[in-house]
Amino acid sequence: MQNAKNIKQALAFTVFRILAGLVVGILLTVFLFIFLRGIGIISWEFLTAAPKEGMLKGGIVTAIIGTFLLIFYSALIAFPVGILSGIYMNEYLKDGKVKRFITIITNNLAGIPSVVFGLFGLSIFVNTLGWGVSVISGAFTLAIMILPIVIRTTEESLKQVEYNFRLASYAMGATKWQTIWKIVLPTAMPNIITGLILSVGRVAGETAPIIFTAVAYFLPTIDFSIDKPVMALPYHLYVLSTSGINLQASRDVAFGTALVLVSLIFILNLLANFLRKRLKVSSTK
Amino acid sequence: MRIKYLGEKIIEGFIYGSGWITTLVVVVIVVFLFREGSGLFNKKPLEEGYGIVINAENKVREITAQEIRQIFEKDITNWKELGGADEKIVVFSLSNIDKYFTEKDLGESFSLLPEKIKEFVQENKGVIAVFPEKYLATSLVHLEIAPISFWSFISGKDWYPTATPSPQLGVLAIILGTLWVSLGAMLFALPIGIGVAIYMAEIAEKRVRELLKPFIELLAGIPSVVFGFFGLVYIVPLLQNLFNLPVGETALAGSILLGIMALPTIITLSEDAIRSVPKELKEASFALGANHWQSIARVIVPYAKSGVISACILGIGRAIGETMAVLMVTGNAAVIPTSFLEPVRTITATIASELGEAQQGGIHYEALFLLGSILFIITFLINWIAELVTRKK
Repeated sequence: MQNAKNIKQALAFTVFRILAGLVVGILLTVFLFIFLRGIGIISWEFLTAAPKEGMLKGGIVTAIIGTFLLIFYSALIAFPVGILSGIYMNEYLKDGKVKRFITIITNNLAGIPSVVFGLFGLSIFVNTLGWGVSVISGAFTLAIMILPIVIRTTEESLKQVEYNFRLASYAMGATKWQTIWKIVLPTAMPNIITGLILSVGRVAGETAPIIFTAVAYFLPTIDFSIDKPVMALPYHLYVLSTSGINLQASRDVAFGTALVLVSLIFILNLLANFLRKRLKVSSTK
Repeated sequence: MRIKYLGEKIIEGFIYGSGWITTLVVVVIVVFLFREGSGLFNKKPLEEGYGIVINAENKVREITAQEIRQIFEKDITNWKELGGADEKIVVFSLSNIDKYFTEKDLGESFSLLPEKIKEFVQENKGVIAVFPEKYLATSLVHLEIAPISFWSFISGKDWYPTATPSPQLGVLAIILGTLWVSLGAMLFALPIGIGVAIYMAEIAEKRVRELLKPFIELLAGIPSVVFGFFGLVYIVPLLQNLFNLPVGETALAGSILLGIMALPTIITLSEDAIRSVPKELKEASFALGANHWQSIARVIVPYAKSGVISACILGIGRAIGETMAVLMVTGNAAVIPTSFLEPVRTITATIASELGEAQQGGIHYEALFLLGSILFIITFLINWIAELVTRKK
């Protein structure tokens, strides 16, 4: 009896270990697969030259720049609004029906599929507001998509700031806003930044919201204007792997693009984790 | 001091405004999606500017888009089948006009066409003539085409949004395809996801857990287009060889990718739920002589049930809404799925692949927005159910 239940336990735990190993295995497979076939493609030229000859030659610099433009502008839109909204949720709103309502709505916004944001962006920014397929249309669409992430990160980070900090600040005669600005926000900032970095990763990798709002199939010249379409890494990868005329030749470029994109995400994740660790160390001091 | 106070009020005004931004955004999204999508209703599923005329003696007055398609495909050849007289159907349109008239008959730049159509329609009892409205004399009897209703949209089996003369806008196969692929994904993502969550929350040492956590986060961060690319180059050929298929782009390929992509959601949320089970319960279970596994299976997981279920529901939501990966590996054939080894088409893939070529404000464009609205409603419901399940606790 005693034995039987221990055997059962050993069996169950082994299965769980295998499952965990499987998940790690899947991730490593995807990574190795892209790394091994992509690393040979990466060169200085690949990273700094514009695409040539039906995108089979040259580099992907226009796609890299496009992705960074989208990141920059969507962050510019989403971060201030999202952080203010997070402050409202945690510092101004008392627990109750209103707070629960906004929380549910925010969760729902986070659950909306990315392609629906694409539809929405096309309808409002591209057509109704007449901005056309452009960086700014795409940036607004992406900003709306990451807004819930920014809000929730801010809210969670502020929640972790000890309440006594606020009381001490009030006791010194500071107003509510002074307390938030000088005490609460700086304390919560490293945590908030970690979340913001992860949301940037989301912007860098999304394809569906920008297909109809921001990207062009092929642009050979570097351009920083916001009212024109751009190339972007994820869309470039999609185009290369599905609609090329010469699939075999474009596959190499696709692997290179995938590696650049995955590396970008990887670096952002590392950065976020690094910040989080450093924060933990400094807060235990 | 006064000015400072004023500045603070302004900032707080911004904060209050920002607090409601998500609510505003959701409302605007709903308005825009449904406005574009609802434009479809009560529109005639017929090519822009076209009309259908029949012989005056024909008793049939209205047909559906599907019947038009069947007539043009020669599946329906007699008016009897449409509730009319026993008369063979004679299709007459621009694509077969050369069968009846020469270019000379029609005159310079079709100037004689209206006259010829009128003659032809009056002479042939069984005729169904589809032409641009400007060539159709007003005295001719028009055949009405049934307007698109929500029901015909949802229950229609055919999706040929650019078919002429009558676009077929039925999304049943697409909705079922979406559910089918997601179902397949959940079949293996749920057991694996919950298993890993239990492992991380209960079994793994702290060191292993701290190592696993970033891996799961990274898995969540990999863009779906990269998974799609991986699937296209690796999984699709693998399945093709393994099952000896004509094409490797199948529902199964989509399910595998979606399952992988839903894993981080399921794992993270389930782990949180399992971790939040009070220590006392576990200790009580141990005190009663249960070993660790018995405690997990009979006490801890049952207690965390609502959280785990809600994690699974959100995982399903993630799978249903996923776009690029399924677009790239499922083959996109809009047929009602019967097997995992056949191509299917999902809502998301349909929107992503067709919106670019749909003319703004046209029937196809509106149909895609309606499809987007349906997707929105599905995911909204899923989130809401997950919310209810969590709160029940």
